[in-house]
Amino acid sequence: MGFESFGTVSFTAEAKVADFVTYLEQGKVMATQCKNCGAKYFPPQMDCPRCLSTDAEWFEVKGSGKLITYTTVQYGPSGFENDAPYTLVIVDFADGLRIFGRLSRDIKESDIKIGMDVKVVPVKLADDRISYEFQRA
Amino acid sequence: MEEVAIVGVGQSTFTRKCGVSVRELCFQAYKEAMEGLDITKDDIDASIVCSAPEYDKQRTPSGLISEYLELTPKPTFYVESVCSSSSTGLRVAWSLIKSGLHKVVAVIGFQKMSELTSREAAERMGRGGDIIWESPFGITMPAGYAMYARAHMAKYDTTEEQMAMVRVKNSSYGARNPKANYRKELSIDDVMNSDVITSPLKMFDCCANCDGSSSIIVARGDVAKRVSKIPIWVIGVGAATDTMTMSGRKSVTGLECSQEAARQAYEMAGVKPEDIDVAEVHDCFTISEILAYEDLGFAKPGEGARLIEEKQTYADGKIPVNVDGGLLSKGHPIGATGGSQIRTIVRQLRGEATEAQVKGAEIGLVHNVGGVGQYGNVTILRR
Ligand SMILES: [Zn+2]
Repeated sequence: MGFESFGTVSFTAEAKVADFVTYLEQGKVMATQCKNCGAKYFPPQMDCPRCLSTDAEWFEVKGSGKLITYTTVQYGPSGFENDAPYTLVIVDFADGLRIFGRLSRDIKESDIKIGMDVKVVPVKLADDRISYEFQRA
Repeated sequence: MEEVAIVGVGQSTFTRKCGVSVRELCFQAYKEAMEGLDITKDDIDASIVCSAPEYDKQRTPSGLISEYLELTPKPTFYVESVCSSSSTGLRVAWSLIKSGLHKVVAVIGFQKMSELTSREAAERMGRGGDIIWESPFGITMPAGYAMYARAHMAKYDTTEEQMAMVRVKNSSYGARNPKANYRKELSIDDVMNSDVITSPLKMFDCCANCDGSSSIIVARGDVAKRVSKIPIWVIGVGAATDTMTMSGRKSVTGLECSQEAARQAYEMAGVKPEDIDVAEVHDCFTISEILAYEDLGFAKPGEGARLIEEKQTYADGKIPVNVDGGLLSKGHPIGATGGSQIRTIVRQLRGEATEAQVKGAEIGLVHNVGGVGQYGNVTILRR
């Protein structure tokens, strides 16, 4: 299984990091760490351009992060027409991990504050699709 | 090493629907660029064609355009850096001449967005981000810039009204530009009351995609002096990149690709921001122009909004910016946009910008960005 079920619309399936989706189904949002030089990556990648190793291990993104910016999209691209409005955010976690994604619909736009604490959580979408979102920590 | 100059510039009218074929569209810009020059097509050693391929129906359009302009058998090829493709084209032309390989190179940028149905355009819009990690969330180009806007507002107290002031300025110049797509003057209220596209950006904070073409004829110094009355010298070229993913960005309050490209261009040209007499910056959104003021050193970080509030970027201000209407008024035919910006600065430095001439302009700057701060190009020109 690959990325074909990830997000509202997926555009490609195969990747060496497809286990990311398997972990999501197990309730975990994972990042990778190079086994050779220790570099940490999100988005996850098995290949390390810093030391050229192709061997990485998974670790879970835990705890809370800080929301650093956001926008609420009113008009989505193809496949997202019925999804809008939705809020896209960037969140900073420990170890220099910065993660992009959606904010939970439970948080109203007027309640969003830059600097607020959020956690990243796997979520099931319609039609057996899966993703992650940020929720109030 | 040989000096490099721009001897000819041209662009088509930018419009929502040009009603001609891509080759005919390109001819419009090429004709304006070549007219009045003491050279013919046979003097062009190579051509560089610039567009964003996802919008092209014709596969490998450089061969087709080369044929239509009768530039065969001279080499032609295609370059792409989305919205900054034709600035990349100029950079490559500059290199080809500097290397001694060629004496005259034609750069031709185009985009015919109207060739796509709105459904096809929306489909391409969905693939502008990293297709594994960010597009599945529904990211768009405006959303990327909106996130920069939101962070800039939070860090520096930049307001939506100040962003609207950029549109008001650019619309006042766009109204005088016969080649601009949008020629109405807009007020702060017009902008503030327009529909939210992706908060905090509203409809009039955004430029419109268009059909259009641009052309730049670039020549070796000795040839330039012979064929052109007022050659415009390319004295600094800078280029840089940033991550495709938004999560990879170190800064969300400035475009690092612009900062780095500017640093290179200023260093090569041996000039400082305060030496620039007139500038074209990549105002795909109002916030983009404010970021550019700061990234190019026209204002300190966080003080970009004050520059527009004080009207310092109007034609009679300290540093005139986008006095042709910018992308916001002219429209944004992706592959043609950089060439249009370059054309404006060349006309300013020649003293031919009758619609809004900056008096005595001698040094000009062009800032052209591809994607959401992904590809940065800064070019400095001197009379
Ligand atoms: Zn490594």
